[in-house]
Amino acid sequence: MTQRLKSVDVVVVGVGFMGAIMAKELAAAGLTVVGLERGKKRWTVPEFQAPDIHDELKYSIRKGMMQDVTREAMTFRNSPTQEALPIRQWAAFLPGTDLGGSGVHWNGQTFRFTEADFVWRTRMHERYGKDFVDPSLTIQDWGVTYDELEPYFDKFEYLLGTGGKAGNLNGKIQRGGNPFESWRSREYPNPPMKEQYGGVLFRKAVEEMGHHPFVQPSSNMTRPYTNPEGLQLNACNYCGFCERYACEHFAKATPQTVILPVLLRNPHFELRTEAQVLRVNLDRNKKRATGVTYADASGREFEQPADLVIITTYALNNVRMMLLSGIGKPYDPKIGEGVIGRNYAYQTTGDVYVFYDESVNINPFMAAGASGTLIDDFNDDNFDHSSHGFIGGSYIMSALTNGRPIEFHPTPPGTPDWGKEWKAAIRRHYNHTAHMLIHGSSMPTRTNYLDLDPTYKDAWGLPLLRITFELPDNDVKMTQFCVDRAV
Amino acid sequence: MKEDKDEPGSRRNFLRSAFAAGVTAATAVIQIDHIQAAPRNTLPADNAKPLAFFRPDEAEFVSAAVDRFIPPDEEWPGAVDAGVVDYIDQQMAGKWGSAGYMYWHGPFKEGTPTQGYQLPFTPAELFRRSIAAVNDHFSAQGTPFHRLSADEQDNYLKMLLTNGTTLNGVPSKVFADFLLQHTVEGFFSDPIYGGNTDMVGWRMLGFPGPYADYYELIDKHGIKLDREPVSIASSAQLHVM
Repeated sequence: MTQRLKSVDVVVVGVGFMGAIMAKELAAAGLTVVGLERGKKRWTVPEFQAPDIHDELKYSIRKGMMQDVTREAMTFRNSPTQEALPIRQWAAFLPGTDLGGSGVHWNGQTFRFTEADFVWRTRMHERYGKDFVDPSLTIQDWGVTYDELEPYFDKFEYLLGTGGKAGNLNGKIQRGGNPFESWRSREYPNPPMKEQYGGVLFRKAVEEMGHHPFVQPSSNMTRPYTNPEGLQLNACNYCGFCERYACEHFAKATPQTVILPVLLRNPHFELRTEAQVLRVNLDRNKKRATGVTYADASGREFEQPADLVIITTYALNNVRMMLLSGIGKPYDPKIGEGVIGRNYAYQTTGDVYVFYDESVNINPFMAAGASGTLIDDFNDDNFDHSSHGFIGGSYIMSALTNGRPIEFHPTPPGTPDWGKEWKAAIRRHYNHTAHMLIHGSSMPTRTNYLDLDPTYKDAWGLPLLRITFELPDNDVKMTQFCVDRAV
Repeated sequence: MKEDKDEPGSRRNFLRSAFAAGVTAATAVIQIDHIQAAPRNTLPADNAKPLAFFRPDEAEFVSAAVDRFIPPDEEWPGAVDAGVVDYIDQQMAGKWGSAGYMYWHGPFKEGTPTQGYQLPFTPAELFRRSIAAVNDHFSAQGTPFHRLSADEQDNYLKMLLTNGTTLNGVPSKVFADFLLQHTVEGFFSDPIYGGNTDMVGWRMLGFPGPYADYYELIDKHGIKLDREPVSIASSAQLHVM
C-alpha cells in the first residue's frame, strides 16, 4: 500500500550538484522543496576521514563510491543488433551515488563549453560545407548559446572556487591562459594549481612547437577560499587520492563543501535519503507531472505530490527515469525519431606514456585530481579540419592524477605482463614516467542511444537502462590524429 | 619529513630482512617434501597464517603460480612472501568472492569482450573450479604444478593466459587474467587486506603510501622522496599521536 504524503511545491530527484543547486535556488525563492536521494547521508566529517578514505582497493578497484551495482546495474552492447548484457561490475561507466552524488568522487576538472559547441551543426556546415560531416553523425545545435549561459558558468565557478587563469577576458586574449576559450566576464576566483614536473617538461616542449599551454582549471582549491554562500574551503595538499575518492580536507568543491550546508539550513527544504524514486507520476493526459512515487530503505512506498518535479540524476539515470515514467517519446533508432535516449555520447580518450631515464623523478603520487598542463590547439574547432576528414578534437594534457600502484605501474611497449622482467620494469619506470592524456569529443550517431532493457531488472523489479554505444569512425580518426600530434 | 637512511625499518634495513625472508622461503620448500603424506587438512608448512578459503592443494598451486607472476629476486620478495596468497584467500572467503560486489541476476549468457565478465560463477567458484581442473590435469600426469621447473610453470601459465584450454567450463584466459589481477592487487593494496606485507610492494616502487601532504613538495620538481611509507593502519597511529 502506498502512503500519500502532504503536497509540496517542488520535488528534486537526486541530491548531487545539480539537485542541490536547483533546490537551493527554489527554496531561497520561498518554495517548499523536498530532495529525494536514493543513497545515504554522508559528510566530510566523519565519512570522508582518515584512515579509511585513502583505500585504493576499496574505492578504485571495488568502486566503493559508485551506484550499488548489486541493486541497480545497466546493460551494454555495441550495436542495436546485439543482445545487451548487464555490466556486472563497473568499468567504463562510473555513476556515483549517496548524498552529493558524483560531485563527491569527481576530480574537479572544470572546463566550459565553447561558443562553437552550442551551434556545432551550423558551425560545421558553414566552415566545411554540408558534405564534409560524416552523414552517420547526428549533430545538432543546442538551442541556447554560450552568451546566454556565460553568467551561469561564472556563477558556478565562483560557487566552486575554481582555480585557473583566464585566456579570454571579455574578448581580450590574456597571456598564460587558454587563448582558445570563449570569453569570460571576469577572472577565475582562484589562481591556477601548482604544476607537476611532467607538466613543466611538457610546457617547455609544446611552447617550442608554437602551441599554447595552460594550467587545467581546477575545483581543487589553490588557496583557502570562502565562496559566495559563506562556506570555507582549504587549500588542496596534492595527496593524490581524488578521482573515485572523497576529499577529507575540505579542499575539493563538492556539494558537501560548497552548497549543502546552506541548503539544509533553509526551513523550506527537507532532505530524505535512502528514498528510491520509482517513477514520476503524470496526470491523465500524460502532459504534467503530479509528483513521484518512491520506496524507503525498508521497501515501503510513498507518493509525494508536487507541482514541479526536477530530475537531477545525471544523463544516464535521467533518461531511465523518464522512460520508466512514460515521459516523452522514446527514441527509435530504426526510424530516427523520438527524443528520450537519442544522441547518447560518451568520451574519447587516448594515452601516451613518456619514459624518462632514472635521473628524472616524476613523483606521480604528488598530484591533485585536476593537476595538468595542457594545450587546446587541437581541440574543438580550434584548428582547420578541412584536410583531416573528421570533426571535433581533444585536449592534449600532461597529467598524472595519482601514483596509486594497483592502477599505476607503467611499462614500455614490449615488456611482458608478468614475471621477473615485468617486476624489474615496473620498479625501473614507476617514478620516471610521465603521462599524456588525449581527451576528446564524442559525436552522436543514429545507433548510439539509451532505452530500457527488455530482460534485466533492478532490485525493485524495474527494467535496467540499456546503453547501446560504439565509438564512431569519426572519433577514432580524431583521436589517432591527436595521439600523433602528442607523440 | 624524515629522510633517514639507517633507522629501523628504513629501506636499507628492509633489504637485509627481505634477503633473510628469501632464505626462509627456500628452506620451507624443502620442508614440504617431508609432509607430502600428511592428512589433507594439514596446512603447508610455509603458510604461517591459517587459510579461510583455499584447501592445501589449492594453496600449493596458487602459491607456485603467483610466485611466477611476481618472482622473488635478490632485492625484493616475490608474491608469496609479500602475502599475496593470504590476500587472495581473504578476498575469496569474503564478500568479493561470493560476488557481493556484482550484479548477480540471470540470465547468464556468453557475451563479447566489451561486455565484461558474464560467467555464472562467483569469483570464489571460478577459482575453485579452475584450480580443480589444473590440479586434476597435473595429478593425472604424476607431478603437481608446484613441483614443475620454473620454465615449465611459466609455459603452462602462458598457455592459460592465451586461452589454450578450458578449466571445468572456465576459459583458461578468464581464470589466469583473474589470478594475475588478484596477484597485483595483493602485492600493492594496503596491508590491511593481508598482502603487501610490511608495505614491500610500495617500498619496491617508491610509493610513499596513502597519507601525505605534498603542498610544499609538488613544485620542488625532481626531488627524490626517501621516507618510510605510511599505510592505513600506521597512519591511524599517526593520527592518534
